[in-house]
Amino acid sequence: MRELIKNRFALIALIFILAMIAFALLAPVIARYNPESTDSRSVLTAPSKDHIFGTDRLGRDIFSRIVYGSRISLSIGFIAVGIAVLIGIFFGSIAGYYGGRIDSVLMRFVDLMLCFPTIFLILAVIALLEPSITNIMVVIGATSWMGIARLVRAAILTLKERDYVAASKVMGAHDAWIILRHLIPNAIGPVLVSATLGVGGAILIESALSFLGIGVQPPTPSWGNILMDGKSTLGVAWWLTIYPGLFILFTVLSYNILGEALRDYLEPRLKK
Amino acid sequence: MVKYIIKRAVSLIPTLIGITLISFFVIHLAPGKPTDVDTSMNPKVTYEARIRLEKLYGLDKPIHVQYLEWLKRFVRFDFGRSYMDDRPVSEKIAERIPITLGINFSAIILTLFIGIPLGVISAVKRGKLPDKLATIFVFIGFSAPEFWLALLLMNLFCITLGWLPVSGIASLDFESFNILGKITDVAWHLVLPVAISTFGSLAVISRYMRTEMVGILAQDYIRTARAKGLNENTIIYKHALKNALLPVITILGLAVPGLIGGSVIFESIFAIPGMGRLFYESVMARDYPVIMGVLSIGAVLTLLGNFLADIAYSYADPRIRITKEEAL
Repeated sequence: MRELIKNRFALIALIFILAMIAFALLAPVIARYNPESTDSRSVLTAPSKDHIFGTDRLGRDIFSRIVYGSRISLSIGFIAVGIAVLIGIFFGSIAGYYGGRIDSVLMRFVDLMLCFPTIFLILAVIALLEPSITNIMVVIGATSWMGIARLVRAAILTLKERDYVAASKVMGAHDAWIILRHLIPNAIGPVLVSATLGVGGAILIESALSFLGIGVQPPTPSWGNILMDGKSTLGVAWWLTIYPGLFILFTVLSYNILGEALRDYLEPRLKK
Repeated sequence: MVKYIIKRAVSLIPTLIGITLISFFVIHLAPGKPTDVDTSMNPKVTYEARIRLEKLYGLDKPIHVQYLEWLKRFVRFDFGRSYMDDRPVSEKIAERIPITLGINFSAIILTLFIGIPLGVISAVKRGKLPDKLATIFVFIGFSAPEFWLALLLMNLFCITLGWLPVSGIASLDFESFNILGKITDVAWHLVLPVAISTFGSLAVISRYMRTEMVGILAQDYIRTARAKGLNENTIIYKHALKNALLPVITILGLAVPGLIGGSVIFESIFAIPGMGRLFYESVMARDYPVIMGVLSIGAVLTLLGNFLADIAYSYADPRIRITKEEAL
């Protein structure tokens, strides 16, 4: 019973995540208006039948902007995490498999990267380059792989002592083959948990960057910059700030709940 | 113990050097020069003037020479002068650090006072209503964009209700207050930033406490205590909690970079003149010496936080001390 209730949370989170992905994929079907087209006749109108989430100060439909914004925000989440996972697996598996000096150098580097407040590094790089969507994805990915590298390393350290690895070596397998074929697939569980939590984190970072004015640049809508657009008119038009914020909150919350549920599932020690 | 501390401190040196390398090169790999801000936007500046500026800041030298010169000054805490107002960077950072650390320190203390009990309750009532409520509460704090919460609460408490001051860290008539009035005034200004920061970091501590407690409550010595017929509260608060609390020290050390990073957002939204805002302003103006200074000081603070947490943990738990001493 307890299990079921716990899973019910995770189930709702999963449904919400899938719904958001469908939202992003089907954006042209779902959104009734062009997210970038302005309409001077309906500026800052409150939510109504025509505009269910209201309009902004340029008369753009907020619902359509949120629907199209989900494409940008979710892609940033997925691609940034994808980059982090690739870098993390690469460094983690090399450190874990070869051990010795290579391991200590790589892990020192991980410790070093963990000393920097991530947002400082991201801010510096984005502002000095330029705030394009690609740069944002790459920089978030390049500053959030360290945890994954540690997880992969730890998993591979124990896995490489197993008999099947020795057997594979005896049969003349290359290191790369052993790592890719035998070690990484068995170390993927904790990476999955970390990646799920990471998607939520990356969406939050994008919104924070938009808040600082160096996120996705207008007129392209992202959840972060729709929210920021509403900042100056919060007193008169609450719908500009409330709705995109709720979308960010529920999406990130869903990824966190799902990640936590996955962790419980993969680490039965804590379940019982 | 002393030997361990010394060894541990020595092992920090390579990391310190790494910090300076990263701080330096991150900035210099980016295209554009600091003199661009002064010059390319200003058509009146001649080519000669630009060269003169570059010479003045040492930008005409090869990059490794620039690094070594910067490092030489770095060890004496001399980060050069700001391009913006020509004041020494160390002075600019020094006046901002207490504000940022003060806010973060208050937030950490509050997080501990709220997060630890929440985690314990979650673990003891695992799967029941209190656990679920606590879990949802801390997860919302963890998942909500901080600046969004800040905007909404600022609108509610500062504008609609008028209970709290809108921004800054002190009132305009601050100087006219007596010492007690000054303290209350600053505290009143920091209520909202500290509250939101705490709400955001509750999840880390309380979830960690929950996991630790759940693990400990399943151990044999707890079962023995129960078998002896000890009171459930004695078991939880005396036997289990004591052991679960220790690793929280390490978590605190790990939380430092997140808190310092988060200050960029808070200080921008609440107009607090701390390190985060200094960093943001300097990044926007490409004020290289300040960027490098704050970036490396931020990392050094983290390193220091981890070091202190590590020492405190080893001091509190001899088992850890011995294994770590052997590893060094």
